[in-house]
Amino acid sequence: MSIKLDGVSYAYNVGTPAENVALDGVSLVVERGEWLSIVGHTGSGKSTLAQHLNLLLSPQSGTVSVDGELVQIGTKAARGLRRKVGLVFQYPESQFFAETVRDEIEFAPSNWGVKGDDLKSCVDEAVSASGLDPALLAANPFALSGGQRRRAAIASVLAMRPEYLVLDEPTAGLDAAGIRDLTGMLSDLRERGMAVVQVTHDLGVALERSDRVLALERGRAVAEGTPEEIASYLAENPVKGLLLPPCASFAHRLRSRGINVPLTSGAAAIAEAVEKARAVMR
Amino acid sequence: MKFGNTSIGQFIPGESVIHLLDPRCKMIGTFVLLTALFMAGAPWDFVPWVFLLAAMPRLSRISMRAILRSGRPVLFLVMFTMLLNVFWTPGNEIARLGPLRITEEGIVSAFCMGVRLYFLVVFAAILMMTTSPMAFSDGLERILSPLARLGLPVSEMAMMMTIALRFIPTLFEETDRILKAQMSRGADFESGSMIKRARSFIPVLVPLFVLVFARAENLAVAMESRCYVPGGHRSRMRPLVWEARDTKAMSCMVAFAVFSFLWGMCLPKIASICLDML
Ligand SMILES: Nc1ncnc2c1ncn2[C@@H]1O[C@H](COP(=O)(O)OP(=O)(O)OP(=O)(O)O)[C@@H](O)[C@H]1O
Ligand SMILES: [Mg+2]
Repeated sequence: MSIKLDGVSYAYNVGTPAENVALDGVSLVVERGEWLSIVGHTGSGKSTLAQHLNLLLSPQSGTVSVDGELVQIGTKAARGLRRKVGLVFQYPESQFFAETVRDEIEFAPSNWGVKGDDLKSCVDEAVSASGLDPALLAANPFALSGGQRRRAAIASVLAMRPEYLVLDEPTAGLDAAGIRDLTGMLSDLRERGMAVVQVTHDLGVALERSDRVLALERGRAVAEGTPEEIASYLAENPVKGLLLPPCASFAHRLRSRGINVPLTSGAAAIAEAVEKARAVMR
Repeated sequence: MKFGNTSIGQFIPGESVIHLLDPRCKMIGTFVLLTALFMAGAPWDFVPWVFLLAAMPRLSRISMRAILRSGRPVLFLVMFTMLLNVFWTPGNEIARLGPLRITEEGIVSAFCMGVRLYFLVVFAAILMMTTSPMAFSDGLERILSPLARLGLPVSEMAMMMTIALRFIPTLFEETDRILKAQMSRGADFESGSMIKRARSFIPVLVPLFVLVFARAENLAVAMESRCYVPGGHRSRMRPLVWEARDTKAMSCMVAFAVFSFLWGMCLPKIASICLDML
């Protein structure tokens, strides 16, 4: 059970002077139940890739298959599969249109014909999974705070019970506490067997939480692996716009002096390792 | 559904002779040319215009294909006008389709109408393709500035036009994004009855309006914080300067207009004289 992208290429404005290759032969597998982070500099093609996962764009070359089914855009199958793969856009709150948060969250499931009690349970489930305060269901979506809006937007996608959840820059514009809550929520979803694909330029969040990381540079996949592998790759081969978080680059320095610490460990683990190294020296 | 790829009639940056002309020169010149084009009434009158069109890719550095394509949006209108003319012009009947009569005069006038309309649009499009929206509204403001003395808010109107032109591509982009976002939530714009399809656009229109108003408000704040006052006298970073080449270009365009007019007047006479001599 996976989404498979094979050699996907995509260019915008083909045949005009503004032709712009956004993806260049990207291959990728997203397994059910894992958390994949897609990282890259601004303009590296992350959002374009995310839209391929959700079949909003079809590759100009290469193929996309969901759960072993090869999909063509514009077919009935593509629309059906869109339900399996929920996509939360960058700034999803700019898509609100309904009068209440409840209507907003009901939009997606009712588009697939879910009615009555089923609909109600879809909404309740989504609200509790996204950590949205149920009291806000009757509120006007435009009257919510930034963080609440983000949650409502995520709930509105979760309500269609996707099996894969793709989020484009879900942490943009959130403060540190908001980011922590959000990543905690995504962890819970992953625990429940949903695949989480998080598109981000924040390497810190990607390295800390995800199972696997894919780094893009100008439309090409330059590295893929566990956070540890990606951190050590990026420490050796800097990619424009992907700065290692301070702890990781510090850990890398320590390593080059012979103190062995994992690159993705936090400050506490580093302190411990340094302490140990000191004890040995004495 | 696809928006944002329509580059028809859009400004194409460049440094050609035409690009470098003063927008006032281009606008007035185009106006003169189009007036002359309106007077073309017989098929032969278009000969000079075909030559002028043929010179355009060289003068504007825009490919012939792009130039010809700019007339595409009105092609339907052109066809329609031509059909009407073919059937509705009284004269020498040459064929009959039920109640419809096709006349010799009808075919001639349909041809002229169609070609004239097409040329009009194409030349207007060349103006748009070689003039940045900024330069265009600057030029318009200067041309209309005498009207400001009559109390018409010319510079505000020019500013509104600049802003509107500037935001058209942005609006297309936003629409495309919102469409995609609602499609990913299962919105279906392509099936169902007319009413159902029309209703399905509400989730697109509402966010679009919200966005437009938010943008307008932000823009207003940004302009005010940079001291924009409607009616205030604004100086320019790049004032329009009428140069020698503008005078030359203007003379050429006027000369061409006069020539095409005379050509249209004299050609039948010359032709009949020649025929007489034969
Ligand atoms: N609708 C579009 N039309 C034309 N070009 C586009 C469009 N969307 C994206 N691009 C171009 O494609 C490239 C990749 O864009 P994309 O949005 O996928 O990048 P990104 O990695 O998501 O960037 P960011 O971090 O800024 O969101 C960029 O060069 C961008 O300019
Ligand atoms: Mg993006």
